[in-house]
Amino acid sequence: MGTARRQAERLAQWFDRRLGLAGPLRAIVKHKVPPDTGWGYVFGSATLAAFLLQVVTGTALATIYVPAAGSAYQSLEFISHQAFMGGLVRALHYFGASAMIILVGLHAIRVFVTGSYKFPREVNWISGVMLLGLTLFMGFTGQVLRWDQDGVWSTVVAAEQAGRVPFIGHALGTFILAGGHIGTATLSHMFAYHVFVVPALIGGVIALHLYLVLHHGISAPPKVGQPVDPATETARYERLIDETGVPFWPDAAWRDALFTFLVILLVFGVAVLLGPKPLGKPPDPSIIQAQPRPDWYLLWYFAVLAELPHGTEKVLIWMMPLVAGAVLLLLPVVFGRGERHVRRRPWAIPVVAAIVTTVGVFWRLGVLAPWSPDFDAPALPPSVVASSDSLVIRGAGLFHTRACENCHLVGGFGGRRGPDLTTAGDRMSGAEIVQWIENGGYNMPAFSEVLTSAQVDALRAFLVSRHAEAAR
Amino acid sequence: MADPHGVEPVARRRFLTRISLALGAGAAALAAIPAVAYVIGPAMKRDVELWRDVGPVEKFEVGSTVQVIIDSPAATDWAGVSERMGAWLRRVNATDFVAFSINCTHLGCPVRWMATANLFMCPCHGGVFYADGRVAAGPPEQPLAHHAVRVSAGRVEVSTRPIPIIS
Repeated sequence: MGTARRQAERLAQWFDRRLGLAGPLRAIVKHKVPPDTGWGYVFGSATLAAFLLQVVTGTALATIYVPAAGSAYQSLEFISHQAFMGGLVRALHYFGASAMIILVGLHAIRVFVTGSYKFPREVNWISGVMLLGLTLFMGFTGQVLRWDQDGVWSTVVAAEQAGRVPFIGHALGTFILAGGHIGTATLSHMFAYHVFVVPALIGGVIALHLYLVLHHGISAPPKVGQPVDPATETARYERLIDETGVPFWPDAAWRDALFTFLVILLVFGVAVLLGPKPLGKPPDPSIIQAQPRPDWYLLWYFAVLAELPHGTEKVLIWMMPLVAGAVLLLLPVVFGRGERHVRRRPWAIPVVAAIVTTVGVFWRLGVLAPWSPDFDAPALPPSVVASSDSLVIRGAGLFHTRACENCHLVGGFGGRRGPDLTTAGDRMSGAEIVQWIENGGYNMPAFSEVLTSAQVDALRAFLVSRHAEAAR
Repeated sequence: MADPHGVEPVARRRFLTRISLALGAGAAALAAIPAVAYVIGPAMKRDVELWRDVGPVEKFEVGSTVQVIIDSPAATDWAGVSERMGAWLRRVNATDFVAFSINCTHLGCPVRWMATANLFMCPCHGGVFYADGRVAAGPPEQPLAHHAVRVSAGRVEVSTRPIPIIS
């Protein structure tokens, strides 16, 4: 036993005299951190772990996935249903991506709330914002690599958004499509970005981010009445670490290890339980039976794009991401000093709450997508029409065939783009109804273009007959 | 200190610094220029529009709009179904045809022709267009883009056009 141990030590010494890594590694692992960091500080390391999970599962997927427009879909079907552990690895990659996006968000919120982005950690924050952007880019390109119908149309939607950028919009849009059409180059370009270019960038920025965390030390939990002053902050922090600092490993790191383990366990559990995201229809751009939707983490933005006020879209579509990025990048430059504690930054929590609420509200809208026409609305059954008047029955038929029902509910059938017309007869006169049908509105076509006056009259008769008591 | 080359060491160091930086930049440029040009190549290529046969004239009924499916110009052996593209072809009268791009002018989603309602509807954000491609409702601000159509030897031909990027 004793000799085995001595031999192991000698072997370690042999390597260390040639590598010289033991000293620096010990210094990194044991570096002193503030004593009272607590559970708020675990999100960064968990994000890193989620990224590593993506590298591992992504590399595994790449051993079978075929990044060719004509074979990607089939190779994903093979991975999902036939490859050994293929479904699990795909699911881990999908839910790992979800975890990484959530954790990046939580980490950013924590750093913002504790004011840790202030001097001297401005570039920690800025590199973090870059990582947030790169992570979202990975989410988008990853969704394209699924190369089903949604993957194809997501690319077109992204190209159209980029197209609105002044001057270079057309070039940007064409670059995203990698040509004038969806095709061979579209997918293989996205593959190269997703698998080589952006992971390399993320790796580089993570290296900078971690170097800065070590260089400046992790921020101490903020205290009321202790404003950051660049003239004295570094010395104050060094004094704090000298007097009260504890070694990162294991005093603080055990929390990171536990939280990270729970996150990976959760991702694993969800992946086993739910399996990989099912593929949509094949990537054939000529299939018009499509309901393009982004993955859940971009669904809120899909709703934002639907709700932009008429006429503002051309500018807002490229201005919004630009302004959001600029605000995030400039935050530590503008607010780089002063109080860190939320009690002395009364706007900090409301700002976070406002952003989270806004995203939440739009996300819910994105799930419901009330502006999307309901293409599958069936003809109104006689129980809903509830009339023996031939004109009303004719109107009810037109309500279905003339696409009114795609956007309007009657008795629970139809779309939700326009107002529910179940009780239209209680709210509007026949003349008002005719006026609406003929002239339309911003979200409603002027049907005088496509209907005869006899048809408008039948629709009027049908809608006038819609009453609350009849609906019951 | 005496310099064996008879040059002042500071000036020599400055020269060597600059020449190293220039050589490094030159090497990087030699590697990067063709690689970057290669990556943006497909986007820079001028899109050729090709005529695609979609069937004999009599196949299309006057006044009706139907979907036609054509191959995009860059079809390769490994593109599979991804290089198909759809268009909406309308026979206006005995001699005239008009073809609309399938892409909504809001964000490019594929619009659907509602034959009984005489309207195109978009599944993404609720854009609606009339039969002649004009905006009827919703977020789009421009009419549906056109594909060129011609009749040649009794057969209808639709041109492949790039996906219209609205700017």
